[in-house]
Amino acid sequence: MSRIDDYRRVAIPGAVDFILKLAEQVKGRRFLHVTGGRLGGGAAETLRAAGPILSELGVDTRWEVTGGDNAYYTTARSLQAALEGAERVLSEEGLARWVDMNGLNAKKLDLEADVTVVHDSQPASLVSARDGGRWVWRCHFDCSSAQAGPWAFFRRFVDQYDAAVFPLPGFEGRLGIPMYVVPPSIDPLSERNGDLTPREVSEILMALGVARDKPLLVQVARFARAHDPLGVVNAYRLVKKHHDVRLVLAGTADGDPERLELLSHLLEVAQEDRDVVVLELPPEAHRQVNALQRAATIVLQKSVRAGFELGPAEAMWKGKPVVGGYAGGLAQQIITNVTGYTVHSVEGAAFRIRHLLNNPELIPRMGAAGREHVRRSLLITRELVDDLALGVHLTQ
Amino acid sequence: MTTRAVPPFRFTGCVELRQTLDVHALDERELMHRIGEVPADSIFFHTFGYFLRHRAFTTAYGNDFARWAAIEIGDHALAERLAVVDPFAFSTLEALREHLVTILQDHLRGREAKGRMEFDRGFHFQQSHIVEVPLGLSAETLVEFRAGLATVDESAIYLHTVETRARERRADPFAAWLRSALGLGELAEKFERIDPYLTTLERIRGRLLGLVDVALEEGRR
Repeated sequence: MSRIDDYRRVAIPGAVDFILKLAEQVKGRRFLHVTGGRLGGGAAETLRAAGPILSELGVDTRWEVTGGDNAYYTTARSLQAALEGAERVLSEEGLARWVDMNGLNAKKLDLEADVTVVHDSQPASLVSARDGGRWVWRCHFDCSSAQAGPWAFFRRFVDQYDAAVFPLPGFEGRLGIPMYVVPPSIDPLSERNGDLTPREVSEILMALGVARDKPLLVQVARFARAHDPLGVVNAYRLVKKHHDVRLVLAGTADGDPERLELLSHLLEVAQEDRDVVVLELPPEAHRQVNALQRAATIVLQKSVRAGFELGPAEAMWKGKPVVGGYAGGLAQQIITNVTGYTVHSVEGAAFRIRHLLNNPELIPRMGAAGREHVRRSLLITRELVDDLALGVHLTQ
Repeated sequence: MTTRAVPPFRFTGCVELRQTLDVHALDERELMHRIGEVPADSIFFHTFGYFLRHRAFTTAYGNDFARWAAIEIGDHALAERLAVVDPFAFSTLEALREHLVTILQDHLRGREAKGRMEFDRGFHFQQSHIVEVPLGLSAETLVEFRAGLATVDESAIYLHTVETRARERRADPFAAWLRSALGLGELAEKFERIDPYLTTLERIRGRLLGLVDVALEEGRR
């Protein structure tokens, strides 16, 4: 577990002292975070790192998790998908069950706090049981295209909060409460982003069966159409006519039938072309992802639909230029012509990759600019500042 | 130069807590209408606030509207016209707003707005709340002031030279203290003449330090 002083060697100079000063304004206050689970990425991943640091800063920080029966989880998953814009059938009974279960959760959990931050949709209706303190709904996804019916149902809970927080402007749904913006961040000291020696990188790649005898193009993303892995293969093929490169597609399929079908198609492609490597990795393969990003010549994130997606930030932190699609938070992370390029097509991706390979002096220059950009804007130290400032603002 | 000032100068940093307004523009004409309607704080955020967020290694556009016109709609003529708007040249935010609307009106006269953007690429209006952070650093002499100025978080440079002056329409706190507590009217005037437009906070810090160094040198003679 990292301590706040550990970040002095990676954050911008003065950042840790600034955090210590800011934290003095909320010292002793009780902050409670509520999520739908302790595992996985997103909110849980950030809380695992940020929670202990906030406690170390003197902010009394607790983390509670809601639970329920199968019907509760089924409805919560469907509601979440509908709020993200997918078509789902939600029954009145299912939604009533979800509300009732959160009512039970509210009785079971200790919700006594100065600031209660409820993350994402699963525990959101806990707010009906609020009794003092300030309540914040922290949304980690894009709900600007939520299905109208589910949003209308869900909004009556969110409007009971004092404020909502979104990762980006434009990700919000219509609400009657103040809506703040706190972009997510990466933890530079985590297993996924911490330093690896060249030897460790080589060993991990060898274990994964990825040879390093030619430039590597790497995309790390779920095997989902939203991240366009087939488009990446087509871009690679356009590049391959001019440069002897190897493409690595690493990700998870999560047991989803559509993703499994996509993965099997990609594996067929890899059978035909030995320079295409497809790696299905478990979600906890952080060290492997770290090594792949470090070994890459160019990192790709050619998503066509995305939330914030911190892949570009992870790659830039490792000093890599990123060629990314224009979707969700990617365009907010990649500064075109400075840290990489945003593209709108397969041809655009191939053009930018070729441009970088033909002008190799750009690769370390963009990589260095990317690392500096992440250091200032996308590290957990910046998110801690935003979170503390929100706490100060709400409890003043 | 060794006079001890009462009260001492206390350096304060800040955090810009961003608030999204759920107001969006998907083409130039909508941008013009929305600029005319949003709260004045949003005009402040997208113009003066740009200087807190702008980094030296990115292209300088001067404000968020010009950046959007250049990058998202690719209307470089409009971007150039918006980029040269120096917010510090306007006595009120309403005057600044009016000027921005006039530029857009003039630009759109006789031409259609370019195609509408996808929502992702729209202009999303925001405003901000400034959370002040006392940095525990104070100065009673010009030498101590220089030491503080050299090391203080760059958000303090923004707060003292841009935010206070432009949003609150109060005198630059650096200059006010130099004048009232140290009696350095001439140096205070030079501080007030520093132009924060189209530069970085680190460069402003460098210029302020340069002015203090000259004053200290003159004091020694």
